[in-house]
Amino acid sequence: MVTKLAWRNLWRNKRRTFIVIAAIMFAVLLSTVMDSLQAGVYENNIKNMVGFYTGYAQVHQKGYWDDQIMDNTFEDVEGLKKEILANSHVEEVVSRLESFTLAASRKKTTTTQLIGFDPEAEQALTKLKDKLIAGSYPSPEDRALLIGEGVATKLELGIGDSIVLMGQGYHGVSATGLYPIMAIAKFGSPELNKSVIYLPLKEAQYFYGAENRLTSYALLLDKGSAVDEVVADLQQRLDTHAYEVMNWNEMMPWLLQMQQADAGGNKVMMGILYLVIGFVIFGTLLMMIQERQYEFGVVMAVGMKKRKVALMTLIEMLFMTLIAIVSSFTLTIPLLWYFKENPIQLGGEMEEVYQQYGFEAIMPASLDPSIFYYQAIVVFVLAMLVYAFSINKIFRIKPVEAMRH
Amino acid sequence: MDLNTETNSQISASAPTGSELVVQTIDLHKIYQGVEPVHAVNGVNLEIAAGEFTAIVGPSGSGKTTLLNIIGGLDRQDSGDVIVAGASLANLPESVLTDFRLNNIGFVFQAYNLIPVLTAQENIEFTMLLQKRPKEEREARSTELLNAVGIGGLGDKRPSQLSGGQQQRVAVARALAPKPTFILADEPTANLDSHSTATLLDIMLELNKKEGMTFIFSTHDQRVIDRARRVITLEDGQIVSDERR
Repeated sequence: MVTKLAWRNLWRNKRRTFIVIAAIMFAVLLSTVMDSLQAGVYENNIKNMVGFYTGYAQVHQKGYWDDQIMDNTFEDVEGLKKEILANSHVEEVVSRLESFTLAASRKKTTTTQLIGFDPEAEQALTKLKDKLIAGSYPSPEDRALLIGEGVATKLELGIGDSIVLMGQGYHGVSATGLYPIMAIAKFGSPELNKSVIYLPLKEAQYFYGAENRLTSYALLLDKGSAVDEVVADLQQRLDTHAYEVMNWNEMMPWLLQMQQADAGGNKVMMGILYLVIGFVIFGTLLMMIQERQYEFGVVMAVGMKKRKVALMTLIEMLFMTLIAIVSSFTLTIPLLWYFKENPIQLGGEMEEVYQQYGFEAIMPASLDPSIFYYQAIVVFVLAMLVYAFSINKIFRIKPVEAMRH
Repeated sequence: MDLNTETNSQISASAPTGSELVVQTIDLHKIYQGVEPVHAVNGVNLEIAAGEFTAIVGPSGSGKTTLLNIIGGLDRQDSGDVIVAGASLANLPESVLTDFRLNNIGFVFQAYNLIPVLTAQENIEFTMLLQKRPKEEREARSTELLNAVGIGGLGDKRPSQLSGGQQQRVAVARALAPKPTFILADEPTANLDSHSTATLLDIMLELNKKEGMTFIFSTHDQRVIDRARRVITLEDGQIVSDERR
């Protein structure tokens, strides 16, 4: 009966009910859209960074990440790769051998990062071939370079020109070579654009005097969210005295820190929105209790206990909150789905800022279910807190005085 | 300010010797504090026996409603005691008092005070539901009461679809539903026309006669006073006459 009463009471003053539902609904809608776009941008940035280079996780020789020298490489043995691929989430293991070298043309010299890569596997992970702006994508047997557009500009070279590479190889050997430029690629990040040079793995191992050795296995996973599970599994199954298994945020802590710093500003906005929702609910409850003093006095007079009256108003509040949340999500989900499929394109300064960090200048929405659970839980908790704060008004009602209203 | 607690005209309104008492007040006082304190109930000694049909009358401000509220456990006296159905209400905690009201006292208000979102039948069942009576019993009793107050076909109507007289009949049925010891009615006919007043009085008298239900009501309405079997007159919070007919 209390539930029936609460439900019918909602529709007794339809205008008030609709105003409250609409206010909560739009606040939830705004906070969900904000949260979703923020999460979408972060997810996309991570995907960009992870997809560009690191992969979601990597396996190295133990100690390599702290001291990235050629002597901290490991042997590319088939058993190790198989062991990694045994995890069902791992789709591809991308072998790399990388270090810093000097790159010189006839006129200029620059510091570069030379990456020995497996062209086919790399394509699966980083879609490197798709970034070409000139030349053709190297095959594993080629003894030619794929360089960043910035490197080409800096060294004033083009397709078919040669670059002299000089560096330090495995066990301190001198690494020197002359290679033609076979392809030029453009990367989102200007930093990478002007420093990255790719050489097919076999030739890179020869260049560094590190036959059959690698600096890392970068892992392509079926879904990014499985990364922690994969890392934990590999840490159990691989010899952790010989190898280290790291996830992307251990390798790029700055990315997470940058997102956390950025999220701070958004949290303030979300806090303001939640405050608005809180005040709407609070105002409604107070109005509802004040307006219905007489009615509450009557039902208390005929024998309804105050806690039942309080329960009735609680159920009314829950109904309104629930309707508002469901309506909000009904509107939000198709809208966010649209923006997930058709991300907002950023222009002007924002575009430049994004590109400087190597991110795509877009704002896609995220449909991660946790965004919706979170909003629903926050609004629900807020409603309960406000309810707890205002409910003492019901417990202070004296039937005789209330019936004089 | 001189607040007299005794006057020469104050009398005790006693029930006949040997009768079963439903309500007894003992030296009841209630003062409303304000710029000028008002002694609304001033040393009232009153006994009402089971089956009585009693009107409490008096001019505005004589203390009728305050006395009824105290007897009904809706308000507390400053001193004295109220004994209802053998139990003193003086020290009952509020939640116990609410249960006591539910099980012992039926209320009929001047403005009907039905729950607007419930139908007539649901309004009648409301108090029984609070008593946790089974559904079958609730339905049977509410149907019986709807018939008893002469609106058998209107059970599915909401209060806004009923006339004032019909609403007051539903209110009487609601008051009777939990099988209370007595019914308190505060100016029950104040908002009714002559025809509805006559009908309501017929119903109340019929219930009093057939079921022995005790009625205590405050009124200004001469039509009600004329048909009451006992008339207690209050003035300045004191009983000045107690007339049996």
